Amino acid sequence: MPSRRHFLAGLAAASSLPAMGWAAAGSPVYLAAARDPSGDYALFGLDGTGHDIFRIPLPDRGHAAAAHPTAPEAVAFARRPGRFALVIDCEKGQVAHRLEAPVGRHFYGHGAFLQGGAILATSENEIATGEGRIGLWSRAEGYARIGEIASGGIGPHEIRRWAEDVLVVANGGIRTHPDSGREKLNIDVMRPNLSYVSLSGEVLEQAVLPDDLHKNSIRHLALAPDGQVAFAMQWQGEQNDAVPLLGLQRRGQNPVLAEADLAEQIAMQGYAGSVAFAADGGAVGITSPRGGRLHLFDSKGDFLASHRRADVCGLAPGRGGFVATDGLGGILSLQEATLSRLTTASRAWDNHLVAIDA
Amino acid sequence: MRSLLTATFLLTAAPALAGVNDVIRDHALPGTARFASATAALDAAAQADCTDTALRPAYQEAFDAWMGIAHLTLGPLEEDGRGLAIAFWPDTRGMVGRSVARLVAEEDPIATSGEYAEVSIAARGLFALERLLYDEDFAGYGAESYSCALAQAMAADLAVLGREVDTAWREDFAATLGSAGEAGNSRFLSPREASQALYTALATGLEFVDDQRLGRPMGSFDAPKPQVAEARRSGRSLRNVVLSLEALQGLAGTLSDAPTPKADAAFDRALTAARGLEDPVFAGVADPASRIRVEALQNDVRAISEAVGAEVAPALGVSVGFNSADGD
Repeated sequence: MPSRRHFLAGLAAASSLPAMGWAAAGSPVYLAAARDPSGDYALFGLDGTGHDIFRIPLPDRGHAAAAHPTAPEAVAFARRPGRFALVIDCEKGQVAHRLEAPVGRHFYGHGAFLQGGAILATSENEIATGEGRIGLWSRAEGYARIGEIASGGIGPHEIRRWAEDVLVVANGGIRTHPDSGREKLNIDVMRPNLSYVSLSGEVLEQAVLPDDLHKNSIRHLALAPDGQVAFAMQWQGEQNDAVPLLGLQRRGQNPVLAEADLAEQIAMQGYAGSVAFAADGGAVGITSPRGGRLHLFDSKGDFLASHRRADVCGLAPGRGGFVATDGLGGILSLQEATLSRLTTASRAWDNHLVAIDA
Repeated sequence: MRSLLTATFLLTAAPALAGVNDVIRDHALPGTARFASATAALDAAAQADCTDTALRPAYQEAFDAWMGIAHLTLGPLEEDGRGLAIAFWPDTRGMVGRSVARLVAEEDPIATSGEYAEVSIAARGLFALERLLYDEDFAGYGAESYSCALAQAMAADLAVLGREVDTAWREDFAATLGSAGEAGNSRFLSPREASQALYTALATGLEFVDDQRLGRPMGSFDAPKPQVAEARRSGRSLRNVVLSLEALQGLAGTLSDAPTPKADAAFDRALTAARGLEDPVFAGVADPASRIRVEALQNDVRAISEAVGAEVAPALGVSVGFNSADGD
């Protein structure tokens, strides 16, 4: 765990940042990775209407990125089971640090900043045991590894800052081993959970699913301004089983599972790829690139609308609602009942659209 | 693991709308017209005589017509759950049998209310009607029975669905697809998005034949599942494979402007194997000697997918989906 010294050092570093912050990188609102027509991968900074602000080459296809809350730094993760992550200086347009997973660990593809940006947390697998770990890295020390804590489950995927010293963790429940790539080793006994974990390693609270949904892997997260957490799931049973793919949870309460009507639920093909709240927390959306669907719910979990868009996946809060990205190069605005084009580019947007300081 | 088939741009080839217009005119609209006509005939037959033996020929005709468009999951069939309301399969949770049994046991008045479309999609369409006409738990009902009225309601509902799908294609979706990339078309943002959507239907349709129509009854070698073969009660499991491959061959040939000799040969090979199989409901998957022929057919279908991916996709400038194929 991080010592008090590390913590203070981190705060000092954060407060000594140049006042410019993300403005030095052109004040992007979003980060998103994409594949160019040439087959090269890059990280893009985008403005609020989806137009390019910067493009920084990546060595390979990434999964998600974590944006520092104030400094123009992004951490791009290799696709799982990845062994490295890159800290990218978005002002200079270059890699500032390379994070190597410690021996016996690999990254699961997501990270989050805590303590005002002093500490980077990363979701990881302890390969020998399959236990989920959260790696901790000190920005002030050049992103040195300063410790790790238990994730509270198996297969942690997305993690989010719930408070400056509390992470909410999507423990997907699926055990994998890098020797067998993404092969799922424990489907029959998997048991995902949503955990709130303190920076000192205490599991403060855990939410689990009913027994008949134990194959519903909790993988992606969104956070409303009032602390409500939305989690998106990926069903490991039959594709047509039409199980709920969105959960909403408030600390101290049981999760509410949300679903559309039967036909729309089947159309999602048991797979939600991203989840986001609208900026005011009043609506929440999930995407299914397999079903070409974007489903909207209110914050109580009541179904509002379904929108169709092939290969849609990235989703983030946007002006008047949401912004979504797809594998066809489209960036779309979802306002109330209307899905409309913001931009299209000759590139395939990757899984996630990351709102900076969301 | 399942492969994933939403298509996306390779971003290099030129737009090509000729194939899209050909598909609309020569493939989709004739198919929806035939389905509308066949379901109207089923409805008429049911109003005349709703007993099982009287209705079966029109039922088979309607199902044949459905196989001509079942793969066109874009547009009218994905709106309002119509595709699933017409054909609720695979039914992984056994909802069709339960729903029909409940209606019959309770003699639910919804059957004669004129609002049958309000019931669960699992109780509508070809698979619900198949239970009444062919399943020994339901078939053999009398002309004055509740089940007979229920069959009439299902047939009438199918006719409405058939008419809606045909009308929506002719009056709306054909124009939407054909005007891809034009101002005001918020559904298809570029000409190639229309090609991509049709290619996705082709690739997904082939995958559905492979891993659902064939793969589900095959199960595993140690645990074959002939009891879950599609439409086995009406004896159509193999017929559906043949008809869907014929329809997909038609789509592939119409969509591609360039010659596709490898795909053509792969279709021919699979169709020859399927037509010669003589195992109408895949009961043979449980016997190693006959199972090997179903496996061979499945391999032939996979070979079509490969050939289509190698020939049709590059000509259109599309490929399988970036995100849907990633799965993380």
